Amino acid sequence: MFEKLKNILKSEESETKNTPASAPQGSGDKLKIGYIHLSGCTGDLMSFTENYDELADLLQAVDIVYGQTLVDKWEMPEMDIVLIEGSVCLEDAHSIKELKEAREKSKLLVALGSCACTGGFTVYAKGGQGGQPQHSSFLALQHLVKVDMAIPGCPPSPQMIKKVILAAVNNDMDYLAPFMKFTDDEEACGCDLQKKIINQSICIGCGACAAACPTRAMTMKDGRPSFNCDRCVKCGLCYYQCTRSWWPIDQIKKEMGLE
Amino acid sequence: MIQDSVLGPHQEILTARATDKKILDKSQDGGIVTALLVYALEKNIIDGTVVAGPGKEPWKPEPMVATTKKDILKSAGTKYTMCPNVALIKEATRGYGLEKIGTVGTPCQVMGIRKMQTYPLGARHVTDKIALVLGIYCMENFPYDSLKTFIQDKAGTTPDKVTKMDISKGKLFIRTADDETAIPIKQTHGYEQSGCQYCLDYVAELSDVSCGSVGAKPGWSTIIKRTDKGASLIDSAIEDGVLEVTETNEGKFGLEMLRKLSKNKKTQRQKNIDKKLDMGLQIPFTHSKFKEDILENR
Repeated sequence: MFEKLKNILKSEESETKNTPASAPQGSGDKLKIGYIHLSGCTGDLMSFTENYDELADLLQAVDIVYGQTLVDKWEMPEMDIVLIEGSVCLEDAHSIKELKEAREKSKLLVALGSCACTGGFTVYAKGGQGGQPQHSSFLALQHLVKVDMAIPGCPPSPQMIKKVILAAVNNDMDYLAPFMKFTDDEEACGCDLQKKIINQSICIGCGACAAACPTRAMTMKDGRPSFNCDRCVKCGLCYYQCTRSWWPIDQIKKEMGLE
Repeated sequence: MIQDSVLGPHQEILTARATDKKILDKSQDGGIVTALLVYALEKNIIDGTVVAGPGKEPWKPEPMVATTKKDILKSAGTKYTMCPNVALIKEATRGYGLEKIGTVGTPCQVMGIRKMQTYPLGARHVTDKIALVLGIYCMENFPYDSLKTFIQDKAGTTPDKVTKMDISKGKLFIRTADDETAIPIKQTHGYEQSGCQYCLDYVAELSDVSCGSVGAKPGWSTIIKRTDKGASLIDSAIEDGVLEVTETNEGKFGLEMLRKLSKNKKTQRQKNIDKKLDMGLQIPFTHSKFKEDILENR
């Protein structure tokens, strides 16, 4: 996988280098990005678009070639990167077809947001809602296709999405490595903290989990996370943001200029 | 930048204390953290700060957002139990509307803040507002019930009667208005929270500035300037007379002591990490056999 992305970005980089800086780039040189919306709430897209001001420069390096609300296009084109929001509904043949097609037509498939990564809030669905009551089974993308990168969050913060895009453009594979690792996780829940941190005797009671929780399901009591299952949307942020779940010391030092 | 795996990357080490008597009366040692937070607030470097404020029970702090000197003073002095300051950082930008947040934390809390800044997964519009990260030296931390055990069973008093607690010369001192009990640190081992057993950071290596009493004479603190932001804060605080500087003791009871304690902590904790990894348990740190320098916090 690493090699694959590296190659995409390297060829992109060399093409960019060959182009004189002043000359306008043809869209053929740019990284082609698609955005597909499956069963999600559009929160991830909103978070993504919150970056528009700052990404204006970046949009010269990327081309958004496919996506409802973003591009007026019906046929799915070939894409370098496709960002997919939402889980996939098994009763909705169109969603499954679109996901499979995206896998075939993209070099890098990114699950954006917890619904796409691990199911998120949609794991609670049982059907019976208005409009399409038979839509009752929702799965994370990885159950149907190979996912290359997972960016959890409900939604992932605009800052997180921006940093990922910048890292991709700058070919910073070290920064992106954790997101490739996250594709191993099949599910997420607030109880991950209990099972993987507290029960493993590595919690230090810093409170990062409680700060990360978007629904206040996680609070701190007596120096330990206290989890209210009824409020949990299964985004996994408490665990991913935990100081002791994974430790990116090299990236931190690089960012702080301490190297 | 001096690269140093024992004390972390830093620019300069100096010994100082606050000049404000009001701060020194309440502070643990040199009053550096309190003085710097108040100074940063007055200079508009921060517009508020997350601190360990007084909780419902004596000696059991709760995270608090302080936006005045008065509130910062309420949090002065060390409390040897967990206070999840990082938990309040998002709230500081929401409920309090802070744009430039000051923070102070133990090494692990500073690690959490830096991880959040580098990978702000669940920190929407928060991390760009963290203006200052002060770190305090920390060997280990105690659950509140452990602290109560020391106070009630070893010192024979109650938390509300305790006026000050401090760790120096290998002992935990519990002081009341008319008495003082010294518990050898060796006897406190086993009472610390278990997560501390795997911590490779003694001097908050990723902070802007870190400080603590070790390496300084009583009433003073050793300050480690790290980032440019931290260094310029210290420089201007000295220039404006907020901090006064004394000669730094490089010797056995000075910086040598600081280095020794840091090295001891790292060496001992690395053994615990290795043991845990050998048992196949989860921990985010690296086995010593895969490390170029076992003292590194990785």
